[in-house]
Amino acid sequence: MRIKQLLIGMTASVIAVSSYVEMAIADLKFPMLVYRTGAYAPNGIPNADGFVDYYKMINARDGGIGGEKILHPECETGYKTQVGVECYEKNKKDAMVFQPMSTGITYQLIPKATADGVTVYSTGYGRTSAANGKVFKWIFNAPVTYWDGASIAVRHILKNNFGNIKGKKIALVYHNSAYGKEPIRTLQTLSKKHGFKLMLLPVDHPGQEQKATWLKIRKARPDNVLMWGWGVMNQVAVKSAASIKFPMDKFIGIWWSGSENDVLPAGQGAHGYKSLTFNAPGTNFQVHADIKKFVHDKGQASGDGSHFGTVLYNRGLFQAMVQVEAAVVAQKIHGTSKITPAMYRDGMENVNLSAKRLEELGFKDFAPPFKNTCENHGGSGLAAVQQWDAKAKKWNMITEYMYGDSDVVQKLIAEDSSKYAAEQKIAERCG
Amino acid sequence: MSVELLNFIETVLNGLMSGVMYSLVALGFVLIFKASGVFNFAQGVFALFAALTLVGYQTGQVPFAHLINELFGTNYHNWYASMPNFLAILLTMITMIALAWIIERLVLKHLINQDPIILFMATIGLAFALEGVGDLMWGSDVKVLDVGIPSGGSIWLEEATIGLAAEGSDYYGMYVDVLNIWATVIAVILVVSLALFSQYTKTGRALRAVADDHQAALSVGISLRSIWILVWAISGFIAMVAGIMWGTESGVQFSLSLIALKALPVLILGGFTSIPGAIIGGLLIGVGEKLAEIYIGGYFETGALENWFAYVMALVFLLFRPQGLFGDKIIERV
Repeated sequence: MRIKQLLIGMTASVIAVSSYVEMAIADLKFPMLVYRTGAYAPNGIPNADGFVDYYKMINARDGGIGGEKILHPECETGYKTQVGVECYEKNKKDAMVFQPMSTGITYQLIPKATADGVTVYSTGYGRTSAANGKVFKWIFNAPVTYWDGASIAVRHILKNNFGNIKGKKIALVYHNSAYGKEPIRTLQTLSKKHGFKLMLLPVDHPGQEQKATWLKIRKARPDNVLMWGWGVMNQVAVKSAASIKFPMDKFIGIWWSGSENDVLPAGQGAHGYKSLTFNAPGTNFQVHADIKKFVHDKGQASGDGSHFGTVLYNRGLFQAMVQVEAAVVAQKIHGTSKITPAMYRDGMENVNLSAKRLEELGFKDFAPPFKNTCENHGGSGLAAVQQWDAKAKKWNMITEYMYGDSDVVQKLIAEDSSKYAAEQKIAERCG
Repeated sequence: MSVELLNFIETVLNGLMSGVMYSLVALGFVLIFKASGVFNFAQGVFALFAALTLVGYQTGQVPFAHLINELFGTNYHNWYASMPNFLAILLTMITMIALAWIIERLVLKHLINQDPIILFMATIGLAFALEGVGDLMWGSDVKVLDVGIPSGGSIWLEEATIGLAAEGSDYYGMYVDVLNIWATVIAVILVVSLALFSQYTKTGRALRAVADDHQAALSVGISLRSIWILVWAISGFIAMVAGIMWGTESGVQFSLSLIALKALPVLILGGFTSIPGAIIGGLLIGVGEKLAEIYIGGYFETGALENWFAYVMALVFLLFRPQGLFGDKIIERV
């Protein structure tokens, strides 16, 4: 009798589980590689919260994408490359897109995702030459790359020096990892072009101790310092720069070194610090009103909701919006709401976020417009400079969105991607 | 004086100051190892936990707010705007003593007479568990820690040394962070207090007796468990001081637990059982890594010697003096 009951129970469970799985397959799966724990959690949490809140809002407001709910399972990477790869392997089945949130993980996923037919979207990070869609069919890094970032920072310095930086000294303080090393090549090329001297100062993970680095800066007295940092490295660097009285308006971080977390520990010392950005901070956008109405007011905010409107939260919103828009475009192209990973890639390649479309999505003036094409997966290449106001405790945009040195950047992208194509025996596409 | 010589002195000075910061972490390791033979892998997390708790008390954060709100649908985050530093530090000290008591009750009590490797593994587990509890209690945001200790380059030193360089030379004074000067003063007070406590108080002598020989201490009526609680509480206090110093420098965040990795080469160099060893070891490591980064870092394409050079020094030391500079001599009898 007991065995009979057990068998009935097991059969019922199998039916229930299979119907759930069937239902899940019809949904759109956007796995999230997050780091809510460990040394980089203070950066990982607001960013992940932005993603989750946006997905929840789309599910609640629009009933999903074209009627298909968004599933967003999280996998904790701790910003560790090998764990990130494991997360990818665990979640790749039926996944629409992976956002690795780490340049190291992105580099590892490029060949894997290409072989598996899964889209990887590294928003403003990852391998710069993946912007060449002719070689990197499955990889996207719009709206702007690190090489654009390096040249935009140099362009800003040029502008502040009346177009002449010959003989000037620029130091790069960088996270000693794939991420931090990414701009070196561009800066070396730009150094030859403009005649400035480049000082390279690597900082090992996690970057808690940087005294020697800043003593070197104090002695060498560079005219400008650029920073490619992440996590505690940013906070210590900003504080150290203030401590040696380096002029903060000559210290420029990449867009991953420009969150509230990075400047608050330095207090008033951080006043005037600059960073690049490709999205606006604050909560004065329609998307925030929608998230508040459909998610936060219903007590469903990701985390405690305290990161709402911060730089990294807003970046998460932007990243999630592009990923959702790619699905919308894919559904239109293929005439079905039940898109496959391959259809999703087509959608990502045809994303066209014009000013009008951004406004429709609730992102008016939030970020510059961009579009992906078969050849260009790197977006517009536009970024602006923002500056920290320590008294008001807020970031202010101090420039318009500007382009980098496309002559230099495009040449380097072509060189690097051709080399990769030759190594991997990839035939160029896009006719 | 030549600018090069002044720069060299500045590097050495800054190395010594950084060394003091490493010693602060290493001291906690030494105390526990001496008294209980346990290499406490969780010492770095102790510093993090203490700093998190201190900021939590200072800012009136509700502990476990996220969990409470999730379970009961409430929206509690803060129960007061701020607390005076003195009171917050006092409450943190009490919390660290309570933590020591809990660790003794839940972990150490059950592992008496186990192999050192078992105890070591237990502290690894403790480190991860405590990190998780810290996250649940106080959240993982970067927190600004300000207990009134000044920081930034010392203007006085800069002005006092600017005239030391030869006239007309491109020199603008020596740099030392005021926070590091404070850390040095506090470390000196801490070491002197510990020395006086262990020399001149009854409890201090009991502590030394336990450190020398557990069995002999037990035979004269010293309670091993009370001493263990005391030692873990003292090392919790030292962790709090280290947490305050490091947290003031970088903000309180979870990477703070990794400062334990800075203490390892200090311990190898100074010896696991010597308080002066922890201090001297810290100073040597601090100076060594700063000199290496500044004077030979440029010859390495990858650079960033500052982090790993300390381990090279420790490795070389291990080859020639495995017990460290001041550690107990290893005598093997056949």
